[in-house]
Amino acid sequence: MDDGENLAPAPEPQADRPAALTPADAADAARLVAFGLQPKLLPARDAEYADLIRRHREDPAFARLADAVAAGLGLVVLEVSPRAGMAVAAGEDSVFAVRMGDYSRRAASDSSDRFLHGLAHLAVAALAFPRPADLADDGYIGRITVNGVDAFVRQACRRLEERAEEHGENSDPASDAPGLEAAWRVYARRSATGATKDARRLAGSTTGIVGKAVAFLVDSGFLQRTGDEAGGTYRTTARYQLQVRDLAGSAAMAELLDLGVVPVGDGTASLLPPDETADLDLVAEAGLPFHGS
Amino acid sequence: MPHPNTGSPRPVAPGPAADEGLARRLKALACTAPLHDLDVRKANLAGEYSTYAMAEVALAAIDLVTLTMDFDTGADHDQIVARLQPRVAAQAPGRSAGEHERVARWVLENLINVGSVDRGFRAVYGTFGADGRYVRRDYDFKLIEEVPGPGGTVYLRTTDEAVNVLVGALDTDVTSAQIAAEVKLEVLINRGRLADAQLAAEQARYRTVQYAETLRRALEATRRDVRAVDWLRAVPDMINEALDHVADRYRHENAILTNIRKARDEATEPEHKRRAAELVDIVKDCIRRHTQLQSRLLEAGPLFRAEQDRQAFATPAARAGLDLYGQLLAPVLPLPVERASRVTDAFFARGTGLRTPPAVRVGDLIEALLTPPLEREHLGAELPEPDLVATPEDSRFTEAQLEAALELLDLPHDAPRRLSGLLAEARRRDPELPYLVALLAVHAASPPVGTAYRQGEQRLLFAVDDGAELDDPEFGGADLIVGAALLDAAGMALDRTVENTAGKDEGHRE
Repeated sequence: MDDGENLAPAPEPQADRPAALTPADAADAARLVAFGLQPKLLPARDAEYADLIRRHREDPAFARLADAVAAGLGLVVLEVSPRAGMAVAAGEDSVFAVRMGDYSRRAASDSSDRFLHGLAHLAVAALAFPRPADLADDGYIGRITVNGVDAFVRQACRRLEERAEEHGENSDPASDAPGLEAAWRVYARRSATGATKDARRLAGSTTGIVGKAVAFLVDSGFLQRTGDEAGGTYRTTARYQLQVRDLAGSAAMAELLDLGVVPVGDGTASLLPPDETADLDLVAEAGLPFHGS
Repeated sequence: MPHPNTGSPRPVAPGPAADEGLARRLKALACTAPLHDLDVRKANLAGEYSTYAMAEVALAAIDLVTLTMDFDTGADHDQIVARLQPRVAAQAPGRSAGEHERVARWVLENLINVGSVDRGFRAVYGTFGADGRYVRRDYDFKLIEEVPGPGGTVYLRTTDEAVNVLVGALDTDVTSAQIAAEVKLEVLINRGRLADAQLAAEQARYRTVQYAETLRRALEATRRDVRAVDWLRAVPDMINEALDHVADRYRHENAILTNIRKARDEATEPEHKRRAAELVDIVKDCIRRHTQLQSRLLEAGPLFRAEQDRQAFATPAARAGLDLYGQLLAPVLPLPVERASRVTDAFFARGTGLRTPPAVRVGDLIEALLTPPLEREHLGAELPEPDLVATPEDSRFTEAQLEAALELLDLPHDAPRRLSGLLAEARRRDPELPYLVALLAVHAASPPVGTAYRQGEQRLLFAVDDGAELDDPEFGGADLIVGAALLDAAGMALDRTVENTAGKDEGHRE
């Protein structure tokens, strides 16, 4: 390590000798990636980490080396900065990726639980960054509460329910095709909370599922707990914003487009929220998704 | 309810309209099924439970939850169980209290349907689709649901379905149903049919609760996201409507209250008297709920403005990002769950972060397994001593001065004094004291009789102006006569209890 420290100020004439990287440099690069794999660790808290971050920004050869180490481990580098540290995300087949089955055993076997867990993560992100501008603004810190996320999704579901009723649709699913049940209905009929013997949150309730999601995101270094009100209050970190903006959002978006649902433009009409809101002229709601700030 | 006979006269399959009416009634019927089910399943319980009428206990439970459902929270689980017990005990007086509690708890848990992961019920019914095909559908509903309360507690609320089953007025408009119920009540009272009047009053109360619940939801949504609620028209309209409603009901119910009070006082038959007294309680409760609703409504406007400030004045970013709600969440929710899962799965796979897989050596594992668990500190971490800073004293008068003034004004009840004399005496003690004495004397000119009455004070300072001019170097005005009045504390306490129990015992007292 000391070698690395000593080398750091040296490579000023690096432009002349770009290939002069030693095994010590490789070790430093790997160490930087290792720091990045501890998502709760911030450069501001660790001098060695901060030094390596600075070197990554100032020394292009070292930066390439570190990025290569990350790529070799199956990691995607989102950003390297003093605020976020070495923000790396797991590639799809990486050993670092989180699988739904490991996340929740029930979700592996039960399709509606699987959906609810995924939806909880999407809803947490949607409420943490309610406007497109919030997601784009690097300085934005989102704040969420567990009960708030649950109530938010419930509200959205209730509006869909009301709309279905207004249109005279029968939203009760056919008994022999549970997969065709509307997604909002799965959420709406799951109870919000429930008493348990040991005063913990009922794992299968929606606040339990959202609570699990935020607890997991805290461990991922994406959220920080700030209080206990309303089921637990949390604020977002720079890493979470990067992860949602650069990876998760676009991945989900691609999947949605693949399903033929185009949130803007002329997709299939029945699946299009903006068209329906125009019919209902719900002024406030129109502002939410599509004409928002 | 739509008329079931509006369907077309085609002989083959009934039209969708008729079918819809049928489906509606099937759903209503389904809501009662859990209650019947209780009586069927009680035979399967270990023990001799056939003497208990489970459906009756269940309906009573729904009643209790609905009535204790306040604006903010719901009913407490244990409290409901406790309040159910007298009824359960009455059904089987010979059994132990433990069994009564067990039965009450069993009924309540079955109404929540604790065993199922959704904590709800499902009924299957069939309809003919537009193409004439017969489809079986699932109808999911809850009777009592558990909602999060402050501090992580869990409260119970009755769902709309339960309230509808209970009141028996399916699919009716809240406002009009309430008006109807109240008009009915008035008529009934005028005719002296109090037994029916009570039923109508209770129904009015359920309606009131339901109305408050509808409003609570809308206000809560506003607090979460201003843009999610139509604040241009829908909500202001609703608030105005609700305020009108409250004003109207309040007038109405006060009129009813006066009427029933009169009926209560004039009724000679003890049974009538008792019923009227109960009715007074119910109407009083209705008024209380209206007042609560009104104060919430008045808070709505400022709440909206504060939320708008908070939510709207964030600095806009340079580039537009992805709209997570509008472009992802909102379009996903209406999709069939099978397809929606693909999107949420994709988000989950990329949005949860990474986990470093554990790599364990056998040596470490053995050590880890053999390490005794850490003793948890029973009392938790030590609280740091708070660093308190004394706030500077900024009152005009000191405690000692107040004491001196009060001592001066502690007059015997049979010897009132002139203010001029009091002021002179005060001046002798302390040049500042006359100001305090004068202030207290002026306050005594309008003595807080109501407070003294409520708090059961023994004596009360009063001051009367008899027209004499005050001759004083510092003060002008009337030379008040200041005295102390003795209050009949015991008599007032008796009056208060009588007022609170609103005539329940009044019939017997007279």
